[in-house]
Amino acid sequence: MAVRERLSGNEAVAYAIKQINPDVMPAFPITPSTEIPQYVANYIANGEIDTEFIPVESEHSAMSATVGASAAGARALTATSSCGMALMWEELYVAASNRLPIVLALVNRALSGPININADHSDSMGARDSGWIQIYAESNQEVYDNFLQAFLIAEHKDVMLPVMVCQDGFITSHGVENILLVEDHLVKEFVGEREPEHYLLNPNETLAVGPYAVSCYYMETKRGQRQAMINARKVILEVAERFHAMTGRQYGFFEAYRLEDAEYAVVIIGSATGTCKAAIEQIRNTTGKKVGLLKIRVFRPFPEVEIAAALAHVKAVAILDRSEMFSATGGPLGAEVRAALYQAKGTAETVNYLYGLGGRDITVEDFCQVYENLEKIAKEHKITDMYEYIGLRK
Amino acid sequence: MNNTVEIRWHGRGGQGAKTAALLLADVAFKAGKFVQGFPEYGPERMGAPITAYNRISAEPVTVHSNIYDPDYVVVVDDGLLESTDVTHGLKENGAVIINTEKEKEALLPLLHNYKGAVYTLDAKAISMQALGKNYPNSPMLAAVVAVSGVMEQEEFLREMHDSFRHKFAKKPEVIDGNMKALELTFAEIAKSKKGGINP
Repeated sequence: MAVRERLSGNEAVAYAIKQINPDVMPAFPITPSTEIPQYVANYIANGEIDTEFIPVESEHSAMSATVGASAAGARALTATSSCGMALMWEELYVAASNRLPIVLALVNRALSGPININADHSDSMGARDSGWIQIYAESNQEVYDNFLQAFLIAEHKDVMLPVMVCQDGFITSHGVENILLVEDHLVKEFVGEREPEHYLLNPNETLAVGPYAVSCYYMETKRGQRQAMINARKVILEVAERFHAMTGRQYGFFEAYRLEDAEYAVVIIGSATGTCKAAIEQIRNTTGKKVGLLKIRVFRPFPEVEIAAALAHVKAVAILDRSEMFSATGGPLGAEVRAALYQAKGTAETVNYLYGLGGRDITVEDFCQVYENLEKIAKEHKITDMYEYIGLRK
Repeated sequence: MNNTVEIRWHGRGGQGAKTAALLLADVAFKAGKFVQGFPEYGPERMGAPITAYNRISAEPVTVHSNIYDPDYVVVVDDGLLESTDVTHGLKENGAVIINTEKEKEALLPLLHNYKGAVYTLDAKAISMQALGKNYPNSPMLAAVVAVSGVMEQEEFLREMHDSFRHKFAKKPEVIDGNMKALELTFAEIAKSKKGGINP
């Protein structure tokens, strides 16, 4: 039987870490992820787990130490947010290109400036090209579930890539909600132990990690990383299936909510999805209009074909971005979903919305307005602006 | 959403409004509810106005926005009434509960013509009487339970007793005082209800 609990998102991740009992956790505190290493340090101090905690002097060192530990053969992880991840930038690429199965608990927070501590996706979206698998969560339950699955995906021999497990700063990280926890022994059985194929502490094999690659090797390394991302698609679904068998909770690349018969759809990532679901129920109950959503769980690798297929029958789609990329034409999710629909010769009208930057709230009423706009766009086949804002003050 | 009770807490950083919201989520959770308890953070500093929220429901709650049209508002510090329109968006069939040493009539002009029920509670006096110390959180928690009916009072007392026993395992002498604070609050609110709570 699952354990019925109420936890904040940070508590949920820390609890997952306790259940996994990884080998090494170097970390440096930054709001709003600070609680994660803080709780883990408590578990260690209480003798509940035997993880080696390394209190480093910066995030640059946090990821460097995680890279070192993982290359040595350890199951290693760290946690950070925003500018903390920005300071890890170099090592993010090092971790991915050295094919190290690290897990990063990322609590999404706006990047400076102006300095701001609240949720948006500018930190992880900025790192979307770093070669990390990225998995996002709507709720505390999902970030816990995703975290339990992360090492299995990362360490699979056909993948060997780092995984970023993302949740929205404060909204889920500091919000207490009901959650179902998996029993300790089941988690233990599910995650097992890391069994590295090549690792620095193996006395029987000499190995160099991170050597210089001249031009005649560099490109092949990148091709290898792409292959790992391609392979990750299958592995992510296999791990989700095993998780489903254990818990009854089903995960895929994305969640299609009331999308099957929907004429108007929202594509979105993260905690605001739950708010959108409430709007969908309200609209369907009061007007009978067919509205639905597609919530991205796995952004890297990007499930292009599957997304296009899921949206094939929809008249109009609103793609909601919680980060700016300053192409002046839209946000990162907007660009990729539109590309997916174009490749699939999709017929839906699309509009890209920017919302929630720096913690700007988005409400049920905002989503109702989005669906109203979609209906108008579908009827008139006219989009006044490809790139609109929700909740922007005039 | 229709069966969800939404509560907004107003306090100052360091006064425990966030803690109280989390405690309410806790006790409602133990009573079998689906709960949310979350703070809204501005710049973090002691004494700055802060807001915290609760959603409590028999059904799972998916909404992750702040609360703009609460059913109930709890004000932990009456000094906020001067600067904050605490009843903004508050439903008229709801209520505002204010922790204050003042008479209710003195506060009414600061409530922007709110037409719903207004409760005042001297949480400090209750806490001093029951515990000999000023811990206003427990009385405010009991007050919001009594006013909102979000859970049965008996059940609330049972769950709180359990959690006090757990929390004060090494200081059992304060359990009775804490329980007394809750009961005194229930009596206070019952008196207000009986006396007619509207101006």
